Amino acid sequence: MSLPIFRAQDDPGPNFTALVSKDNFLGQFQGNLAGFSKDEIRHATTVLAMRTKNGVLMAGDRRATEANRIAHRAMEKVYQADRHSAIAIAGAAGPAMEMVRIYQIQLDHFEKVEGVALSLEGKANQLGQMVAGHLALAMQGLAVVPLFAGYDLKREVGRIFSYDVTGGRYEEADFAATGSGGRDARSVVKMGFKEGLEDSEAIKLALSALKEAADEDSATGGIDLGRKIYPIVAVVTSDGYQRIEDDVLAEMTLEMDSEAPR
Amino acid sequence: MTMPFYVAPEQVMKDRAEYAQKGISRGRSLVAAVCSDGIVIAAENPSRTLHKISEIHDRIAFAGVGKYNEFDQLRVAGVRHADVRGYTYSRDDVDGRSLANLYAQYLGQVFTHEMKPLEVEILVAELGGDNAPSELYHISYDGTVGDEDRLVVLGGDASVIRDRMEQAFIENWTIAQALPAAVKSLQGPDRTLEAGDLEIAMLDPSLLRRKFRRAKESEITTAIASIPKKEVESSE
Repeated sequence: MSLPIFRAQDDPGPNFTALVSKDNFLGQFQGNLAGFSKDEIRHATTVLAMRTKNGVLMAGDRRATEANRIAHRAMEKVYQADRHSAIAIAGAAGPAMEMVRIYQIQLDHFEKVEGVALSLEGKANQLGQMVAGHLALAMQGLAVVPLFAGYDLKREVGRIFSYDVTGGRYEEADFAATGSGGRDARSVVKMGFKEGLEDSEAIKLALSALKEAADEDSATGGIDLGRKIYPIVAVVTSDGYQRIEDDVLAEMTLEMDSEAPR
Repeated sequence: MTMPFYVAPEQVMKDRAEYAQKGISRGRSLVAAVCSDGIVIAAENPSRTLHKISEIHDRIAFAGVGKYNEFDQLRVAGVRHADVRGYTYSRDDVDGRSLANLYAQYLGQVFTHEMKPLEVEILVAELGGDNAPSELYHISYDGTVGDEDRLVVLGGDASVIRDRMEQAFIENWTIAQALPAAVKSLQGPDRTLEAGDLEIAMLDPSLLRRKFRRAKESEITTAIASIPKKEVESSE
């Protein structure tokens, strides 16, 4: 390996994917999947995001499925993208996790090379381009549909962006949910959402939304008290990304169960 | 056909070294110190945007003196190397030693094969942790690489500033102790540096993933305020 120094006309700038594609790094998913059983591919399901008083909240269940089988019980679908943003994934798990990894590095890389972080708008557009770049595989059944949310340091508000498989980027006013249980989760958030939710209220709303989604959708995992597997919940405020500890979620789950026995 | 004049290789190397040293000594100096609570790097730099000190990776910082465009190119190459390595393997596999060796190779190659050597001196600082000690790799214009575990001074007046820094050195000092000493060593007995003349950054182990951060304005003014002002007292 030698020091990656380029001539001015070949310089990839602050773009990490442009840098690695020079070395043919991103060649792993270029085969044709026709005739390949889609049942073998792991899928991730329900994720949601909502605005809160201080920023945004993002949450996701932990189940990964291969057709009708449960493939993994503790998958992470909500990730920190950079200091002030979070990304959640639904769809084919393998390519989705790879996309998150490249996206995280892409944002850090830009910030380090340029000396300033991308704007939230810039980060959202960048993710749209990555989803669009994945379209050929999405057409073969490996769709990746992320959710992106973060704290906009310029406008001083939390903002949420949803995507479709073509890379279309849609800014959501208050909340969004995607994945196979997304509809159910969205309905719950829609009923409970109000302006200026405190973190604790938003966490409870997210937990009940995921609970309802798990109730209706076989591919969404519920809260697994026996194995102590809780959803992943994170908040992003002007102070940055913070994942909510399992202990807090456990306590809230107990509280909610006592409030609304079913 | 005209024959080129014969110049002894010793002379060629001497000329190049002299040229590079001259370029480096025109710029201001830089001090880095390993402390019990991280690594602090302080440079004399009046610019707020053209940095001498910057982030390479989670635990690695870069600093350069000399010609800005040349060390900045090296900085960007370092970020690229680190991020590609972190992506290919894991973030934990990005280390300062391999980066320092790459820089040394490149600088050595330019020094011997190109018309003009790079007029830079650079530092790769790696924060320790998990039983690995912190390291400061100092790479000079000809590719000579050295590692230090206490302090490094780069730039024109390096030896004088180093002497001052050695005198102030305390075993296992904290950043709060080392920073005023670094500023005092940079300014020397005859000058006083203001907050606007300084660029200060650190590798802070209390941060979560990326340990690099720039010092806050308040930290810099506190450090300057804690330097005893001999000249002022004597004139009163």
